[in-house]
Amino acid sequence: MQGSTVDSQSQIAIAAEQSAAEHHGHPDYRMIGLYVFLVSDSMTFIGFFAALLIYRAIVPVWPPEGTPELELLIPIINTSILVASSFVMHRGQTALKNNDVKGLQTWFGITAAMGALFLAGQAYEYFHAEFGLTTNLFASCFYVLTGFHGLHVLTGVLLIFAVLWRSRQPGHYSSNSHFGVEAAEIYWHFVDVIWLVLFVLVYLIN
Amino acid sequence: MSTTIERNTSTVSEGHPEHPQRKWQDYFGFSTDHKVIGIQYLTTAFFFYFIGGALAEVMRTELSTPDPDLVQPEFYNQLLTMHGTIMLFLWIIPAGAAFANYLIPLMIGAEDMAFPRLNAVAFWMIPPGGILLMSSFFNGAPQAGWTSYPPLSLVSGKSGEEIWILSILILGTSSILGAINFVTTILLMRMPDMDIHSMPLFCWSMLATSGLILLGTPVLAAALILLSFDLIAGTAFFNPVGGGDPIVYQHMFWFYSHPAVYIMILPFFGAISEILPVHARKPIFGYRAIAYSSLAISFLGLIVWAHHMFSSGTPGWLRMFFMATTMIIAVPTGIKVFSWCATIWGGKLSLNSAFIFAVGFVASFLIGGLSGVMLAAVPFDIHVHDTYFIVAHFHYVLFGGSVFGLFAAVYHWFPKMSGRMVNETWGRIHFIMTFVGFNITFLPMHQLGLQGMNRRIALYDPQFQTLNTICTIGSYILALSTFPFIINIVWSLLKGEKATRNPWKALTLEWQTTSPPIIENFEEEPVLWAGPYDYGIDTESIDGDEDVEDMLAAITAEGS
Repeated sequence: MQGSTVDSQSQIAIAAEQSAAEHHGHPDYRMIGLYVFLVSDSMTFIGFFAALLIYRAIVPVWPPEGTPELELLIPIINTSILVASSFVMHRGQTALKNNDVKGLQTWFGITAAMGALFLAGQAYEYFHAEFGLTTNLFASCFYVLTGFHGLHVLTGVLLIFAVLWRSRQPGHYSSNSHFGVEAAEIYWHFVDVIWLVLFVLVYLIN
Repeated sequence: MSTTIERNTSTVSEGHPEHPQRKWQDYFGFSTDHKVIGIQYLTTAFFFYFIGGALAEVMRTELSTPDPDLVQPEFYNQLLTMHGTIMLFLWIIPAGAAFANYLIPLMIGAEDMAFPRLNAVAFWMIPPGGILLMSSFFNGAPQAGWTSYPPLSLVSGKSGEEIWILSILILGTSSILGAINFVTTILLMRMPDMDIHSMPLFCWSMLATSGLILLGTPVLAAALILLSFDLIAGTAFFNPVGGGDPIVYQHMFWFYSHPAVYIMILPFFGAISEILPVHARKPIFGYRAIAYSSLAISFLGLIVWAHHMFSSGTPGWLRMFFMATTMIIAVPTGIKVFSWCATIWGGKLSLNSAFIFAVGFVASFLIGGLSGVMLAAVPFDIHVHDTYFIVAHFHYVLFGGSVFGLFAAVYHWFPKMSGRMVNETWGRIHFIMTFVGFNITFLPMHQLGLQGMNRRIALYDPQFQTLNTICTIGSYILALSTFPFIINIVWSLLKGEKATRNPWKALTLEWQTTSPPIIENFEEEPVLWAGPYDYGIDTESIDGDEDVEDMLAAITAEGS
């Protein structure tokens, strides 16, 4: 008992020394927090997807009669842009790991541009669709799901802008201090994966 | 931020370590100290409890006669909607978060939560959410019940309903942010010696609760966003007129709101598992059984939601599935109840306020749990659906369970939070009045429900008047029972006997620090020298040289 107490105290002392240099006196758990948040956020989408799938299952004709064919060209281009942007963004993080802040800025800049292009494509689709929000159940699902995802893309673009803004300050990001960069990237991949599921559910399996 | 400044100025004079104390202003500001945030949660929750309680008293007064003579039926609908929403989202859930915030870092020997600022943000979403909800009274409060089923919610007052949706979205976000903190803190910030099986059971129950919050709340948000579109933009997700389906709302709503029942009860399961062993001086019976049964309840809680929808055209095979899973929940819950009984069996009981509230919790919750199993049976459920039997059932679970557990927790941790002891006599009077008032109010409702009295309606058949009068008298006793509590708390805060650091001789880590704890929680790294529930081995010596009694005496001496 006594021996183990002494042992544990020395362990604690070592741990305390190690953590003194770290965030808030304890290791930086922000990435874990982000992952937990994304699990939660994905449940919102799962809720929407479940609603869509239930409608598909219970409405006799799906999509309801009179729904015009969805134009697939722009969504396919959009999908490729978004998937490609994930790889582009990862190059930015790799550059930072080599302490190349210029590279980070370049690749993240391109990613933001690709995100903006995606949103523009989405807006084009909205303005040229032959149905409105309240046309029928499928139309409502279409706008709410793509819209809610679009908000996430917009958030992702804003996060990238925040990273770019902060990276102007020399030394803000480096190979061993890169939470903001990593968080923006993980969020972006998350939004990307959600899009793939959404693309299949909304555009492909009608 | 203020924490760091004060920490730097802390001085240590020889022999008597002096620590900066919290100022009262800290409790009204954006503090990142989990203890301040815990107190903020608790007082905010109590504030809304009194409002929600007042609404309930108006409803009970109205129901003392069969005719709607005190308030208009529309206003009665608003009252019941607001009563339910306030009690669930602004009282029980924040009160659970209050204890989680206050206790988790102390119990696991940490200095604060993993994300202190996020924690403060989570709390500060509650007052705006609550005020927004209350503001709907000026503009036609929502009338569709706390469930807000469409199409009723789509046709009973647009602005009130939309305010209700927005405030639930705010409160739900707050709840999610809190849960992110709890999970990360419990899993990653335990002191080095504490493995997951030596952490207090309250932490296990908060782990289970947080899982449900993280998985359930977003689905409710999705449902409410779709409901908003129906309400404002004229879509027809849930509106049969435009081809939508209200049942989809019910599925999404209950996917959150059934787990929400466990979000409201699990924290207090945890609190009871702390309180009973301390005041019975016995080790908890079946530590792992209680810990894992919390997780089992969480998991099962996610796959039982449609038992709220047996009369919503749910197909037979689906009813069978949900009936079976619902009944299975009685197993982990029963494990807990038996473990608590076995814990106090043959113990050296001190019948103080915390303990009697805890025993009251087990007794009342048992009744609520058993009527829950009855309701799981499809034929019985269809018979009593939307009657007062349901009202009786969930008040036995939420009042007899959660609220009794909450009061037990308040009495148990009050010395730690305030540094003062409560007056036990007034605490016992509070318990007796609460217990008697509670049973007089809700026990007759079982009978009313079986006889077919509908809930959520301001007028009823005159044959039910006698029992309703009894219920109303009971509710007045309940209302009066808050006064001994308030007097006791205020008096104890001002004039109560000073508490030592460990007045209950408890073994969990929060009792190793001063009462109230210093800003950085512990003067030095806390030491785990016993498991959380190693009571009753006082006479046995450990390693032959020092026994627990001596250690406790040493700890007590240090504190006084």
